[in-house]
Amino acid sequence: MSEPINFSLKVNGATYSLTCPPRKTLADALREDCGLTGTHVGCEHGVCGACTVVVDGRTVRACLMFAVQSEGAEVRTVEDLTKDGALSPLQQAFIDNHALQCGFCTPGFLMLITGAFERDPDISEDELTELLSSNLCRCTGYRNIARAVLQAADEIVAGGRNIGHQPNAEVR
Amino acid sequence: MKAAPFAYFRPASLEEAAERLGSNADDGAMILAGGQSLVPMMALRVAYASELIDLNAINGLDQVAQGNGVLSVPSLVRHADFHRPSVARGPLGQALATLSRQIAHYPIRQRGTFCGSLAHADPSSEWGVLCAALDAEIELLSATGRRRVAAADWWLGAMETVREPEDIIAAVHLPLLSDDTCWGFYEFNRRAGDFALGMAFCSYRLENGRIVAPHIALGGIEESPRRIPQAETALKGALPDAETFEAAAAAATDAITPLEDPGTPAAYRRDLAGTVVRRALQASAQPKRAYAEMPA
Repeated sequence: MSEPINFSLKVNGATYSLTCPPRKTLADALREDCGLTGTHVGCEHGVCGACTVVVDGRTVRACLMFAVQSEGAEVRTVEDLTKDGALSPLQQAFIDNHALQCGFCTPGFLMLITGAFERDPDISEDELTELLSSNLCRCTGYRNIARAVLQAADEIVAGGRNIGHQPNAEVR
Repeated sequence: MKAAPFAYFRPASLEEAAERLGSNADDGAMILAGGQSLVPMMALRVAYASELIDLNAINGLDQVAQGNGVLSVPSLVRHADFHRPSVARGPLGQALATLSRQIAHYPIRQRGTFCGSLAHADPSSEWGVLCAALDAEIELLSATGRRRVAAADWWLGAMETVREPEDIIAAVHLPLLSDDTCWGFYEFNRRAGDFALGMAFCSYRLENGRIVAPHIALGGIEESPRRIPQAETALKGALPDAETFEAAAAAATDAITPLEDPGTPAAYRRDLAGTVVRRALQASAQPKRAYAEMPA
C-alpha cells in the first residue's frame, strides 16, 4: 500500500515526472529526484526553514509536505532566482551586506523573503523582523540578513516591488 | 527523521474522504490537511499512519462563509487566510487577524489549517482559546452523518478531543461579534513563534458603562482551553477599570488546575494565568492595531 506513486509537478517552470514512495518529502524529492540541491535539508521537522520553497505562490517548508502532495503544483526553488547568470536583487543584496556566512541557511532565507514579498509587497519593518524569525541562521547573521532585505526592497520599489528576479531591473 | 511508510489516498470530495476514513480508520488511517503538526510528528516517529487521506485536492473548502451571524471555517482555510481583518465582519475579523499572527511562523501559517488546529488540540492553540471563549461549534463528518459539538464539550484533555478516529472536521462555526464588542488577547511565550506558556482571550459589551456578556477563556494554562466562569462573574456588571480587571485575574488564578512540565512549575503557570487575564482585559480597553489590507 505504501508503494511508489507516479506523479508530475512543475519546478521552476520545467515539468518533472517522478516516482516516489508517499513518505518522501518534497525537500528530498527536489534534491534526489529533480537534482536540485539548492534546497537544503536541516532539521526535517519544520523548525529551521533551510528547505523553504514557494508552492503555488505560498512560502512553505518543503520538509512538511510529502512530494506526492505536489502533483500538478508549481514549485519554485532557489535555482529559479538567478536568470541568465544574473543574480536577483535580493541575492546581490545578500552579498553586498555580508548576509551569508556559512551559507547553509541562505537558500531558505532567499525563498522565505522572495515568497513573502511577492505575496505581500508592503510588508512593514516590524513584520519583516517577525518574518525573518521564521528561519534559523546558526551563524546568527540576522542583522545583516535584515539589512540585505531592506536594501533589496528599496532597490525594487521602482521595479514593481517584486523582490525576485526582474528581467528589466538593473543588477549591479 | 523520516516518516514511517504509509499509503496515500487523495479523495475528490469530503464525502469520499469520510467513506475512506470510515473503512480504514480502524487500521490507523488519518486525515492530512495542513500537516504542520502531523507531518513533524510522523517524522519524529511519535505519530504513525497506515494511510494518509489528503484533503488538499478537494475544491471548495478553502474559503470562509458568513451568514446568520456566523462565520463558518471549512477544512482547508489556512492560518494565513486570517491575516486580513476583512476575512470576517466587525471585531471578529480584527480578533482573527491578531491571533493568526501569533501562530508559529509565516511559512507554517501558509499551510496549517484552522480546523486542523482544533483536531490536533494542543493546549496552546490560539484557535483553541478563541473557540472556547466564543462558544464555537465544531462540525464533524463521518460516513454515518454529520453532527455538531459545542466547544465546551470538545476537549477531553491535552491533545485529546471527542472526535472519533472516523470523524473529519468539516467546519468550525464562530459567532460574528457585534460592532460594539470589546475584545482583548494576550499570550506569553519565551521566544516568538514558540508554543505559548499561557494566553487569554476576552470579549464583552458595555451597557451604561458596565460590562455585560463577559467571555474570558484561558489557553496553554490547563490541559485544554476553557472559559473561566469565576473570572466572568468578577467582570459582570462591573466598570471596565484596573480594579475590575485585577479582580478577574485573581479569580482566574484561584479557579484553575495548571499544567506542569520540567521547565515550568504549576505555580508559575498559576501566576501567569492571572497575568494573561489582566493583560487581555487591558488590551480590550485599548485601541486596536490596524492591519493593512494585504493579501494573505
